[in-house]
Amino acid sequence: MSVLVNKDTKVLVQGLGSAGAFHAEQCMDYGTKIVAGVHPNKGGTKFRDSVPIFETVEDAVKNTGATASMIFVPPPFCADAIMEAAEAGCSIVVCITEGVPVLDMVRVRHYMRDFPDCRLVGPNCPGLITADECKMGIMPGYIHKKGSVGIVSRSGTLTYEAVWQVRDLGQTTCVGIGGDPINGTNFIDCLTLFNEDPETEAIIMIGEIGGTAEEEAAQFIKDNVKKPVASFIAGQTAPPGKRMGHAGAIISGGKGTAAEKEAALREAGIEVSESPGGMGVALKKAIKRHKG
Amino acid sequence: MKIHEYQAKEVLARFGVPVLANGVAHTADEAVEIAKNLGTPVVVVKAQIHAGGRGKGGGVKVVKDISQVKEVARSILGMQLVTPQTGPEGKKVKKILVEAGCAIASEIYVAVLVDRQLGCPIIMGCAEGGMAIEEIAHESPEKIIKEKIHPATGLSPFQAKRLALKLGISQVRPAQKLFSSLVNCFLGTDASMLEINPLVITEQGELVALDAKISFEENSLFRHKDLHEYRDLDEENEQEIEAKNFDLNYIKLDGSIGCLVNGAGLAMATMDAIKQQGGDPANFLDVGGGATEETVTAAFRIILGDPAVKGILVNIFGGIMKCDIIAKGVVGAAKNVGLKVPLVVRLEGTNVEAGRKHLEESGINLEFAGGIDEAASKIVKATS
Repeated sequence: MSVLVNKDTKVLVQGLGSAGAFHAEQCMDYGTKIVAGVHPNKGGTKFRDSVPIFETVEDAVKNTGATASMIFVPPPFCADAIMEAAEAGCSIVVCITEGVPVLDMVRVRHYMRDFPDCRLVGPNCPGLITADECKMGIMPGYIHKKGSVGIVSRSGTLTYEAVWQVRDLGQTTCVGIGGDPINGTNFIDCLTLFNEDPETEAIIMIGEIGGTAEEEAAQFIKDNVKKPVASFIAGQTAPPGKRMGHAGAIISGGKGTAAEKEAALREAGIEVSESPGGMGVALKKAIKRHKG
Repeated sequence: MKIHEYQAKEVLARFGVPVLANGVAHTADEAVEIAKNLGTPVVVVKAQIHAGGRGKGGGVKVVKDISQVKEVARSILGMQLVTPQTGPEGKKVKKILVEAGCAIASEIYVAVLVDRQLGCPIIMGCAEGGMAIEEIAHESPEKIIKEKIHPATGLSPFQAKRLALKLGISQVRPAQKLFSSLVNCFLGTDASMLEINPLVITEQGELVALDAKISFEENSLFRHKDLHEYRDLDEENEQEIEAKNFDLNYIKLDGSIGCLVNGAGLAMATMDAIKQQGGDPANFLDVGGGATEETVTAAFRIILGDPAVKGILVNIFGGIMKCDIIAKGVVGAAKNVGLKVPLVVRLEGTNVEAGRKHLEESGINLEFAGGIDEAASKIVKATS
């Protein structure tokens, strides 16, 4: 078992421009079942001589049975693409695109209330991967190995870092929830899934400055999660009032600092690594403590 | 994108928010001319910089005798204004706002922003205007009144009315209209923050936005070409401007170790690791996923453009970004700009072997590191 996606998940790709095409191909090479593409004015043609391309997500879903969508559509059209995927019946929508207007996401979130069975991951995220089964995203596939650690993160490359640090234990599923202030799946959603997944034995949660998602997750872990959890919060040295790359990574009005988040996590009994290089070690400590 | 108060008032007026008559001046003579035309006995002269707390630093002056406008304008224009938000070096004042004075009966705080927890914008108000809202939020959060702005219907009139009543405003109808205008302005410009502190009720019973702060959301600027002219490059760091031209995310910091990293999270984490090892990062720099040899070269040039930089740490976990591309950029840049400070490189991920090989064969003077902590430790040692 794993969460969200596995080797049988049928995936369609929205937006087969240069980035979309490149990553769709990488995912296929990893073993992901890419069954359809959706791209304006390319309907009726094929991607890599084998994958049919459609004009609409509805057509793609009807003709191929795809249940998941990976989106590379540029920011101005991205909100529309997400809603189209939800409306067409996709149960997982992974939006990789960076730079989606915040108010567009507010409307998307509202729209998606009509589709409670559709789960959005992202935007502005690396996607998700179930090791050795299904890669729906832009992460380097080869660093992952089937194992027992579930990883959830607001940052892309920092997730790769964590994957690399626990390569001896391997991973079940890694989910990048993205660096935007308003997004789909959050920490608590992923923690719930990992907590219920029998193959996931330990969890790494990677947060960053801005917002209060980590504090809410800490409370949730304290109340519900029965597995060892380690965490790292990026941005201990970030100055207030500056947007640190990610739209959501900003300390505003003195709120959303790394120190506050770390304190909340520690208070919930989570092993917090002070350094990004120590995530693997922290997880092992958490596992040991859990057993002892 | 931050804008000046005078620009914010221009935008607000466009959406029907009442503001006082004003004009912006670059010289003392211009200020006098504006003051004369305002026709009020009292005028206010306000420094225009991108930072709050201007009054405390002496950047806002009430002038009760119009003959003194010139002198006051002269004293503010060109001053190095230090406020709690500018840092100790302050900011040079190049423009002043000259505004009609008004007799204040009471002051209210009101702001529109996106509430991340609720996942939608909210309008919030507090009957104690003019104060630092952070303090009130911390000490007595019950004094802050919030209304959710519905994604489909916006702020409904009943909500605007409720807000006015809860804030104790007796001019309910004008307040209702003003709150709706604020929300329309926020939504219509894709703002990320709109703050009126204070909104005043004058002795004549009129509502007016006495101060105004607006930031626009960067991701939405593509659909507001008319707002681009509000960008003031004088308010931005030179290196940050150049970085933007290359699609690089660069933020200047106060330390001495330059960082070049891919990914915002890893870039922040790399800064943290440097701090853990006893050093101080000179910058945040995320080269992003689509970097080329050219942008990496530009990144190096930008980092080295900061005279405080005593060493550079390159930390790349290649995903979309291929390590060999970074390596080529590093080599090209090192040769181009004549690298004289220590360089530590940590590469991992896609095409790592090719990247390392390229760097080894280039003959440039650098140290490799295996992990983040090791890399941070090596660069801190090399620069101390």
